[in-house]
Amino acid sequence: MTDPHSLSPHPTGATADTLEVEAGEGPLGGAVVPAAQDKPRSLASDAWHDLRRSPIFITASVIIVIFVVMAAFPGLFTNKDPYFCDLNLSRQGPSAGAWFGYDLQGCDVYARTIYGARASILVGVLTTTAVTLSGALFGMIGGFYGGWADSVVSRVTDIFFGIPLLLGGILVLSSFPSGVGTPEWQTIGKVVLALAILGWTSLARIMRSTVIQVKQADYVQAARALGGGAPRILRAHVLPNAVTPVIVYATIVLGIFIGAEATLSFLGIGLQPPVISWGVAIDDGATYFRQSPHMLLFPGGFLVLTVLAFIMLGDAVRDAFDPRLR
Amino acid sequence: MATTDTFPVPEATAAGHAPLLEVDNLQVEFRTRDGVAKAVNGVSYSVEEGETLAVLGESGSGKSVTAQAIMGILDSPPGFVTGGAVRFRGQDLLSLPEDERRAYRGRSISMIFQDALSALNPVFTVGWQIGEMFRVHEGLSKKDGRARAMDLMEQVRIPAARERVDDYPHQFSGGMRQRIMIAMAIALDPDVLIADEPTTALDVTVQAQIMDLLRDLQRERKMGLILITHDLGVVADVADKISVMYAGRIMEKAQVGDIYAAPAHPYTKGLLESIPRVDLKGQDLAAIKGLPPSLTRIPPGCEFNPRCPYVQPICLEKRPPLLDVVPGRSSACHFAQEVLDGSL
Repeated sequence: MTDPHSLSPHPTGATADTLEVEAGEGPLGGAVVPAAQDKPRSLASDAWHDLRRSPIFITASVIIVIFVVMAAFPGLFTNKDPYFCDLNLSRQGPSAGAWFGYDLQGCDVYARTIYGARASILVGVLTTTAVTLSGALFGMIGGFYGGWADSVVSRVTDIFFGIPLLLGGILVLSSFPSGVGTPEWQTIGKVVLALAILGWTSLARIMRSTVIQVKQADYVQAARALGGGAPRILRAHVLPNAVTPVIVYATIVLGIFIGAEATLSFLGIGLQPPVISWGVAIDDGATYFRQSPHMLLFPGGFLVLTVLAFIMLGDAVRDAFDPRLR
Repeated sequence: MATTDTFPVPEATAAGHAPLLEVDNLQVEFRTRDGVAKAVNGVSYSVEEGETLAVLGESGSGKSVTAQAIMGILDSPPGFVTGGAVRFRGQDLLSLPEDERRAYRGRSISMIFQDALSALNPVFTVGWQIGEMFRVHEGLSKKDGRARAMDLMEQVRIPAARERVDDYPHQFSGGMRQRIMIAMAIALDPDVLIADEPTTALDVTVQAQIMDLLRDLQRERKMGLILITHDLGVVADVADKISVMYAGRIMEKAQVGDIYAAPAHPYTKGLLESIPRVDLKGQDLAAIKGLPPSLTRIPPGCEFNPRCPYVQPICLEKRPPLLDVVPGRSSACHFAQEVLDGSL
């Protein structure tokens, strides 16, 4: 940490402080950081500095980038038509011509898995974004302001919490069914909406409890004593300290939502043909798992890999944003 | 003891001029499920520019609650200010709306806390946190705020301040954290600094350094310093005058030298006798028997009567008002004169 280019020698009086033995030591075990730089360091830039060196973050990012590219440009990965099916090839196993084999209808599983990434990842990411934003907002309002605002938010949360995710999803989606003629974005949008309306409660509760905890911290009181206003305290002191469990939980629910989409699709009310998704493929394959496991294993493997990558990403991000682990 | 000699107190520089900070008959209660706890019952004290007032008392005596009420950071509910006034240069802060009152915090009256680790935000660098004072209150840029933060860190004598400005609170030792807290508190050059047990969480040698720092900063900046403590040893070297609190009320007020020479209240006397002394090595330490009363059930008469060694029938019935014993010092004891003379 002692940098030969630092701007000034030790300030006067520093040497008198011989008892402060740890003074002058650098960050514990941290990478060497240029010391007397002009640019202020922020938590975000520090976190980014750490993340770039984290193998978990790099692995997770690479996997996610691959899947996102797959979702955006499936044509880059396969030149086969996922909608071209030949019943003669029904349930044939993997071969040189079809790496992942064929499904019940004789469609190419590889092509369908590649094309399925779009719907599955869209549902997962959009639903997670929606529930994280709404849950965090409600939780923050309830936790920070307390009183009647908290009562209203908490009771509404309780009511929604009482409705099981899948049951509610079935109710919403069977009330507004999608058919073969429905545009793809509408089918996906309905699933996202159904899951988001019911999925935000856990995040709101987590946010509320951490905000209440952080609100009582001495540094929040200190910030008030030094003249900080409520919005500033919320933004600068409460939110950065309360957001970690929310990030971690969000990465976990992302997998849950992709799974829930699969279940709804299995019931015939989630995503449905002509939309291709991993959920649809998994449910098709589940029926014939013993005879033709490849139909389930390949789309299932992609789903597991995606969820794993997001959870790893969440872990790495959480660690990077916790200065105590630095 | 030498404090009053080497550091003359500006006694009311302009006649009739309002004190820098004045707490007048302050009443604070906590409304809990177990009843109303009267944490502060008519506390009055004042501090002038460049003057140090020590507020002494044991845990639960209301000294910190008084400070929170002055700052306006009382947790409400359950805490409510039910009476009295807090005047800064004559302006009653309690009657101001929250927005206007906030403008006084940090800029006019500032505060440092007992546990500097928990009083600093763990997720931001210390430079960011000190700089926040300038960014919020003076609209400085991040870069300028950081530069000012480095200056302040040097002023509070943090070694290698320029290298350490980007470190996080947990990377500093306890004494250094308290210096950072002090840097934040004095950033906007406040007129009054309230230090709520600033050295309690520190070991003795670091305590002395922090007290020296506070005293030097106060002299440089002519701040009024309210030093809240339960440690009589800390008070002697730094304070000009002293207010002893017990069960939410002031028991005795005096210049610091006078109180050490001869206390005028049995509680103060008990406190002084309970300081360990080298010349009494080997003897049992005198302690005040019993515990402070529960604030929901303050006994009738004098608050201190269950523990007072000199208790008389009148003490159980009548609450003694805080009255002058000799000019410049007052005591809330029916027998203040006798205690002062040592005749009781």
